[in-house]
Amino acid sequence: MTQNDASQAGPQATYEAFLEQGRFMIQRAKSTGEYVFFPRISTPTGATDLEWVAPAGTGTVYAITVNRSRSGSTNVALIELDEGVRMMSTLPEVETAPIGARVAARIEEAETGNRVVFDLVEGGAA
Amino acid sequence: MSGQGIRGKSAIVGMATAGVGEAPGFSAMELLGQAAVAAVADAGLQMQDIDGVFAATSSHAFPTMSVVEYLGLKPRFFDGTNVGGSSFELHLLQATLALEAGLCDAALVCYGSNQRTAGGRLVSMSEPQWHETPYNPRHPITAYGLAASRHMHEYGTTREQLADVALAARGWANLNPEAFARGPLTKDELLSSRMISDPLTKADCCLVTDGAAACVLTRADRAKDLTAKPVYFLGGGAANYHRSIVAMPDLATTAAAESGPRALEMAGVGIKDIDVAMLYDAFTINTILFLEDLGFCAKGEGGAFVEDGRIAPGGELAVNTNGGGLSCVHPGMYGLFLIAEAVTQIRGDAGERQVDDCNLALCHGNGGTLSSQCTAILGSEAAL
Repeated sequence: MTQNDASQAGPQATYEAFLEQGRFMIQRAKSTGEYVFFPRISTPTGATDLEWVAPAGTGTVYAITVNRSRSGSTNVALIELDEGVRMMSTLPEVETAPIGARVAARIEEAETGNRVVFDLVEGGAA
Repeated sequence: MSGQGIRGKSAIVGMATAGVGEAPGFSAMELLGQAAVAAVADAGLQMQDIDGVFAATSSHAFPTMSVVEYLGLKPRFFDGTNVGGSSFELHLLQATLALEAGLCDAALVCYGSNQRTAGGRLVSMSEPQWHETPYNPRHPITAYGLAASRHMHEYGTTREQLADVALAARGWANLNPEAFARGPLTKDELLSSRMISDPLTKADCCLVTDGAAACVLTRADRAKDLTAKPVYFLGGGAANYHRSIVAMPDLATTAAAESGPRALEMAGVGIKDIDVAMLYDAFTINTILFLEDLGFCAKGEGGAFVEDGRIAPGGELAVNTNGGGLSCVHPGMYGLFLIAEAVTQIRGDAGERQVDDCNLALCHGNGGTLSSQCTAILGSEAAL
């Protein structure tokens, strides 16, 4: 018995298609309320009734590093969204930021396509 | 009660390394082959006696097929489980299960790499994670830098303490003629090293060397009749929650907190009984994480634990007595070299760096980005 629904793309392609439309969307299970990131076909508790929702877009810096090279430095951060899930991203406007800093998501056009990046929130607790 | 039925039922009866450091002109398989031939000879066996093969490398998609072909073996049992650098601690457990079940009688665990001399020609088999690629992480160091940032945030761990780990490793390497990086090293030099991925500098990173290692295991009853002093497999444990650092539940606590107790329970020993701790130090933060998570010190106290030469030669706990991945050898997957040093110490063959009355060694392998954690407890006949 096949489990594929040919009318819908898989979670990765769906996420990327939303991004190309300028939308940051994550998954939530209807039955358990669990949020999931990165996008996949089931939750850690086994729920498969995942729907796409727009997150608040705010979160906290969970961990951060700055990759340094002769061509420049860029930070790589793990952001804990207020929905409770974690994602890799970057804060393009600053060299680095303290762990615990409050951040807000925006979509940035990059050479390889749209990506979700974060900016420090004014007055955000660090 | 888990797994005590296989405690002490197998032993490492042959062990060898090859090409440690730089081995120009040799392929990964040629180095692996040299280590395998030497390990079988060390055991007093013939290559055709090997009927179980366990292998993982960074350059072979089907490592057991390549090893079997290269050495002319016809094994009855083989396992190429690849959990990165921790593969070989797991292979000891798998080999013991296979031996005890009678699925093989002489197991070869092997690895080889020419990562250093192959230079830029080495292409990683580790596939990028699609949800990470837009942010250009430079794994593995980006992942370990993230973990170190979190450990510092939660527990106040300092760069000075990371430097203490590297300093201790060099101290041991200076007692090991086979270690690749030897010579004087000061804390100031370590602290002024070039920053690569905050808070980790070049001095916080393991070496990039060539190197191969191999060991042979048989059932314990047969081990007694062979030439080398047997080193018994007393316990093994594994734990794994994630592949990508993004999915690691707590970046300041690894799954070693589960693999360690599992291995110790099987071995029937406590962490305080361990004479030599071989902890996979791909980066300085690893040593601190594993000292805590395995229970050598309380969570969050790993930084203070490594201060003042406490894990250096002459310190309170003998850690990474070969000089570790930081100063001895790290050809990409380091796990089998942990076992090689544990065997050397338990046999009493470690020369200047020999730990007195070494009867119990803990080997802790780490794979991926603090992902797979596999612990093995090895012991002398006195520890049986």
